[in-house]
Amino acid sequence: MNANNLIVFLIALPLASSAFLLLSGRKSDKWGHLLATAVSATTFFIGAYEFFQMHSRSSADRPLTQKLFEWISVGNFQVNASLLLDQLSICFVLLITGVGTLIHIYSIEYMSHDQNRRRFFAYLNLFIAAMLLLVLGDSYLNLYVGWEGVGLASYLLIGFWNQKPAYATAAKKAFVANRVGDVGLSLAIMIAFTQFGTVSFAGVKDGAPHASPAALTALGAMLLLAAAGKSAQFPLQSWLGDAMAGPTPVSALIHAATMVTAGVYLITRSNFVFDASPTAQVMVVSVGAITLLFGAIIGTAKDDIKKALAASTMSQIGYMILATGLGPVGYAFAILHLLTHGFFKAGMFLGAGSVMHGMDDEVNMRRYGGLAKAMPITAVTFGLGYLAILGVPPFAGFYSKDKIIETALNAGGTKGILLGGATLLGAAITAFYMTRVVVLTFTSAKRWDDKAHPHESPILMWLPMAILAIGSVASGFLLSSGSALVNWLQPIVNAGHHEHGEELLKPLVVSLLALAVVAIGVLTAVFKYRSVPVQAPEKVSVFTRAARKDLYQDSFNEAVLMRPGQKLTSGLIFTDNKIIDGIVRSFGAVIAITSTSMRKIQNGYVRSYALIMVLGVLALIATVWLVTL
Amino acid sequence: MSFITVLGLLPLVGALAVAFLPKSNEKLTKQVALATSVAVALVSILMALKFNTSEGGFQFVESHQWIANFHINYAVGIDGIALTLILMTTILVPIVFLAGWNESEGGRWSVKTFYILLLILETMMIGVFAATDIFLFYVIFEAMLIPVYFLIGGYGRGARAAAAMKFLLYSLFGGLLMLAAVIGLYVISTNQIGGSFDLTQLSHLTIDKPTQNWLFLGFFIAFAIKAPLWPFHTWLPDAAKAGTAGTSTLLLGVLDKIGTYGMIRFCMTLFPDATKTFTPVIITLAVISILYGAFLAIGQKDINSLIAFTSISHFGFITLGIFAMTSQGISGAAFYMVNHGFSTAALFLVSGWMIKRRGSSQIADFGGLQRVSPVMAWSFFLAGMSALALPGLSSFVSEFLVLVGSFGKYPVAAILGTTGIVLAALYVLIVVQRTLHGETTPGNESLTDLNLREKIAIAPVIAILVVLGFFPKPVLHAINPTTAVIMQNVGVSDPVAKAGK
Repeated sequence: MNANNLIVFLIALPLASSAFLLLSGRKSDKWGHLLATAVSATTFFIGAYEFFQMHSRSSADRPLTQKLFEWISVGNFQVNASLLLDQLSICFVLLITGVGTLIHIYSIEYMSHDQNRRRFFAYLNLFIAAMLLLVLGDSYLNLYVGWEGVGLASYLLIGFWNQKPAYATAAKKAFVANRVGDVGLSLAIMIAFTQFGTVSFAGVKDGAPHASPAALTALGAMLLLAAAGKSAQFPLQSWLGDAMAGPTPVSALIHAATMVTAGVYLITRSNFVFDASPTAQVMVVSVGAITLLFGAIIGTAKDDIKKALAASTMSQIGYMILATGLGPVGYAFAILHLLTHGFFKAGMFLGAGSVMHGMDDEVNMRRYGGLAKAMPITAVTFGLGYLAILGVPPFAGFYSKDKIIETALNAGGTKGILLGGATLLGAAITAFYMTRVVVLTFTSAKRWDDKAHPHESPILMWLPMAILAIGSVASGFLLSSGSALVNWLQPIVNAGHHEHGEELLKPLVVSLLALAVVAIGVLTAVFKYRSVPVQAPEKVSVFTRAARKDLYQDSFNEAVLMRPGQKLTSGLIFTDNKIIDGIVRSFGAVIAITSTSMRKIQNGYVRSYALIMVLGVLALIATVWLVTL
Repeated sequence: MSFITVLGLLPLVGALAVAFLPKSNEKLTKQVALATSVAVALVSILMALKFNTSEGGFQFVESHQWIANFHINYAVGIDGIALTLILMTTILVPIVFLAGWNESEGGRWSVKTFYILLLILETMMIGVFAATDIFLFYVIFEAMLIPVYFLIGGYGRGARAAAAMKFLLYSLFGGLLMLAAVIGLYVISTNQIGGSFDLTQLSHLTIDKPTQNWLFLGFFIAFAIKAPLWPFHTWLPDAAKAGTAGTSTLLLGVLDKIGTYGMIRFCMTLFPDATKTFTPVIITLAVISILYGAFLAIGQKDINSLIAFTSISHFGFITLGIFAMTSQGISGAAFYMVNHGFSTAALFLVSGWMIKRRGSSQIADFGGLQRVSPVMAWSFFLAGMSALALPGLSSFVSEFLVLVGSFGKYPVAAILGTTGIVLAALYVLIVVQRTLHGETTPGNESLTDLNLREKIAIAPVIAILVVLGFFPKPVLHAINPTTAVIMQNVGVSDPVAKAGK
């Protein structure tokens, strides 16, 4: 089959499978999860086939498009349902379907005791379909459908156990925060249309050089707002921690490896907008730098293993976003880090799930300890992910994170110092909180009571973890050797124009610097957590207290948005009832008196109304007659 | 006889047939009514297939002298916008019949009367979208109040009599203003062309500016009450709360569209200059409606009044699109009317089943329905997703068209309107959480799930929302040429891309 025509099946198969599983009901309970997993694996094979096909073509012939049908056509607003598979989207296709399939396999076991497992797999397939649409759409509007589609899947999966009110609230919060970002995406599309008369990536790229700086900055700012919503970046970050209410495989797939990185994809895809607007780039790096520190700081104080990892995800995506603001080569490094992060973070989340599985769903790390003995495979795979996120050579993060630190430092001037400083500081804090997670969970003395019987997870769970661990070890090296990924993405992001002359610090110096701060972070954590109290200490510094409270993000949102919003709503309801309707009622009272007197002549509302009708028509005819005389 | 006349007469024939049935045989009454409405739907689909979508003007035109002395004709004809609205109506009526199979029982009058009223109403709904004679339009516009008044007042819930009266008075007030404007228009036409109520002829009159403004307002206020636009909206929540699910569906889904339809058909066609004069004010009212409706929806405690306020917000979008006067705005608004019809139908019908089972319309009385009655819960959820314009459902296409069509000319209004999507997420997800999620609260443990009849009723609505989300092409293709004619008539054109090549 023609490689072009296969693209649509990447989306159609999981979508159809999802719909089938939802509609078929309990009948497919026995084998629904197998179908979903098989479909996910099939998409991976299609993706792999497409990749090898693409790889064998010359650079100029690599992008493929597949027009499906005319979607919206009104005046000059013409949008087709059309797919684009190019060097950038194939990276995501492989990540989504690859990690996605591993997580399907893992979930077969992880969700085996849940009576709604079929529904869970239907949602997973829905997510795969939407996420693939997000990265395969050839225009911003096609992307938007996938963009909200993954939001819906995320909402359904966070709230999978929505009988617990807190989980239902977490799902709602994620959706609403994402919608704030979607306002940005909507406005970006409107700006693109009014500026360029098109919303396709190719059209906007062609038009960008002709647009005014102000328009490009506005466009860039709105795209950044969209990215912030989806990727849990400052100031729309607050939903991600709560999103951990979802089953852990979901946290691994959606809230670590794929969906939350969609913002990075959006900015990379729109590189032509940001490259043309230095102001927008400054916004991007600022958001990235703030979030990478914000997430890292929150990560230091979380006792819930999933929330610690979630804070870490937020921080790591901060690195990626920061990188996308650093010009052509930054995009490639952002994608590099996105891919390596996909491996090690998904692996660690699955590790966390494995620990919870063995510990009766306990998530508090203060009740863990010494689990390496009971769960050796989990401990080793988690450990490899740990080394990768720290950036220890030769693990994956070393190749990706160091490149971002290097590029940030080399940005030059005050900007270089600030951004480089932030990335280095972030690396140190990352080393601290990740070491804390490992110490509290695996190495310190046991703190669980004897009711718990920690045990290693079955093969369906540890196999995906092991595969992801291999990725945590090798993916960085493989993607970087001979600048493989940078060269691969060059036609998309123009990374070839590498500003070689301005290299202030040699890579080796940067690596040593980074390793030094990482060592400080690790040693501090090891020293601090020589012994771990089961109860979180109450007497802690202001900073720890702030970090435990997520740096007061929720209190801020409640004070600035939620409570004023509630006041406004109740105020408006009062206005509507008392003032607007009150005025109407006073008119009504006058009319009521009139109609009462009419009713005395007639026998009820009905006839009085009929009378009014007749009078009205008579009046009309009489007037017309008079006028025409 | 043209297709339209046949279509319009069919429900009347059905009503007549029902009238001769024995009062005691309620089942037969329902069956005859349902069969009639299905036949009407089929004929309307046949008509749509014969419709030439490459033309923007009126088709299936028919005209007969009615009151010769005053140049009043029975004149009908439909363009793309009228066609899609009529189709929406004729498809919704059988769905409403099927969904509310038992809702006519326990009314003040008989089941038979209920169906006669509804069938007469269907004739009028078809007629009002097809009338090209202003006098005919006015007569139907006013006469429709009668069946609706009885449907709310006789078969509704709670304070139904008061709600029906409020609806009536509001509508009468608007109708009187329109009557004055209709007379004024006729007077001018007698001076210029010897008198006419024909829409096309009237659109060629030369009317001085001040007069145009007054006449425009006469029509516009009547339509703004009907639509309803802020601040003319307070009758709607009461009526929605009191009406049966079926009545509310037709009231908000179809009858309210006469307001926005009238703005396009009459205000813009007859008074292009006045339209431009009042555009800034109307855009402002539209934006207020979008946000005001959304905020009030968030705070509602009753499911039906929540749905009513979401509709006020949605009518704000429709009005914004119309008066943006771009092809995306007008086509988007016309398509929005269709989608809102189905979307609101889904909301009202499912909430109607929920309310009937629970015996309460208070949101707080529900909880945990997803586990008790999954199909009903899913239907409500999907209806909610349509209300918040989730991409992939048809309401997204129309809402986005309205916004993208407004942004070029009125960026501030479009930006404010876009923030409405966050509020929409709130008003939908809050009610979804309170009714469907959480522990199953006392009183909800034994709610039954949808039965086969109800599933058959809701399935086509959801199917339409999904299919038109991906393939809006047939509807947009029918609407677009009409939009072009309207814009040409008003004398506006689309803004050109600023950085385009």
